[in-house]
Amino acid sequence: MCDTCGCAIPDHLYHATNEQTVRTVEVLEGLKAHNDQTARHNRHHFDAAGVLVINLMSSPGAGKTSLLEATIEALKSRYRIAVIEGDLDTENDAERIRAKGVPAVQITTGNACHLDADMVHQAVHALPIKDLDILFIENVGNLVCPASFDLGQHANVTLLSTPEGDDKPLKYPVMFRISDLVLITKTDLLAVLDDFSCAAVAAHIRQLANPAPVMALSSRQGRIEPWLNWLEEQMMKRRTPHFTPVTANARPSGVMRPHVRTHAHV
Amino acid sequence: MHELSLCQSLVRQASRVAAEHGARSIRRISVRIGLLSGVEADLMLHAFPFASRGTAAEGAQLDMELCPVRVYCPQCNRDSEVPSNHLNCPHCGYWQTHLSGGEELLLASIDLGIETDAQTLTSSKPWEVPHV
Ligand SMILES: Nc1nc2c(ncn2[C@@H]2O[C@H](COP(=O)(O)OP(=O)(O)OP(=O)(O)O)[C@@H](O)[C@H]2O)c(=O)[nH]1
Ligand SMILES: [Mg+2]
Ligand SMILES: [Zn+2]
Ligand SMILES: [Zn+2]
Ligand SMILES: [Zn+2]
Repeated sequence: MCDTCGCAIPDHLYHATNEQTVRTVEVLEGLKAHNDQTARHNRHHFDAAGVLVINLMSSPGAGKTSLLEATIEALKSRYRIAVIEGDLDTENDAERIRAKGVPAVQITTGNACHLDADMVHQAVHALPIKDLDILFIENVGNLVCPASFDLGQHANVTLLSTPEGDDKPLKYPVMFRISDLVLITKTDLLAVLDDFSCAAVAAHIRQLANPAPVMALSSRQGRIEPWLNWLEEQMMKRRTPHFTPVTANARPSGVMRPHVRTHAHV
Repeated sequence: MHELSLCQSLVRQASRVAAEHGARSIRRISVRIGLLSGVEADLMLHAFPFASRGTAAEGAQLDMELCPVRVYCPQCNRDSEVPSNHLNCPHCGYWQTHLSGGEELLLASIDLGIETDAQTLTSSKPWEVPHV
């Protein structure tokens, strides 16, 4: 039947007016193609500058900033450190980092649920990355979104604080599956949290087919040595020629892209 | 949580393809979403009308194909569908499998409304309209 006038002439699908035919076009393009491209670009910056870049993720309040404060205290005499802060609403975290005497760039734009590669790119150009050894990115406190956006980091480190419960890897498999290191934080509270098991966290990570190390820390009590040793290890790998990004789970960076962007570089 | 902005970039990508083909309207957008992609299909559906308002994709149908999580086991050489939080081999129990499906996040295809004038149409029958 004719779509335009309802007449029953079989060939009469189209009338003299302009009509539309429908044509299917195959696209097969990633929905995050733009982010992934910018992330590759960021990684190119990082590798050209020889800086190790760590993306810290966790739920809100799991202890990211506290761990960074303790880490800076322990390593600042040996390494040049800077932090990109993803706390979009306040300058609090950036100020806590600056109080430790290292540069911190606060990201202030974007929707408040995750950082993306563009935001990090802007921040990178506000830092003297050639003069850095380690750059930490403190992502937005959220166990969902940040896992889906590559920033160009060399490693994903996910914090799980003891009050959150040891079942979180099974509830947020997207994030815990792509973590290169899992840090159980606030273990000083284990004395009062009798149902939290560090062994269970490790078992859940293995259930996600993830070989990432699982470490128990307390920033409050200054017990962060395994994490510091892990960082030293990554720095050693950086210094050896033919460095390949950290672990099995670091996202594929592919062949290092030449600098295809057309912005002015600092 | 970021499904609106993801929908906005989907609409941008689709509109760009439509413009490349000289089409003014998009009838249907078909995407593939893996269950481990971190994207909620329901939220995408909800966000789409807002993201497409005033664009070539306004009124288009959003088709979503959900892709299951699959793992390949190097031990028993099998590929299996698994729940998104249990990625060990369901056959032999080997834990270090490789993900072979579930991370998809893809604009697969779009249906374009192509304006055609009456003259070209009189010579072509609707069932001969090319499908590319
Ligand atoms: N008991 C105990 N408390 C801690 C520890 N680490 C951090 N906290 C406390 O946990 C709260 C949140 O710590 P932050 O370091 O601000 O956590 P965050 O992950 O940076 O928080 P957001 O950036 O808001 O997501 C603060 O009150 C800290 O003092 C720890 O090792 N033990
Ligand atoms: Mg913080
Ligand atoms: Zn750049
Ligand atoms: Zn988000
Ligand atoms: Zn098997």
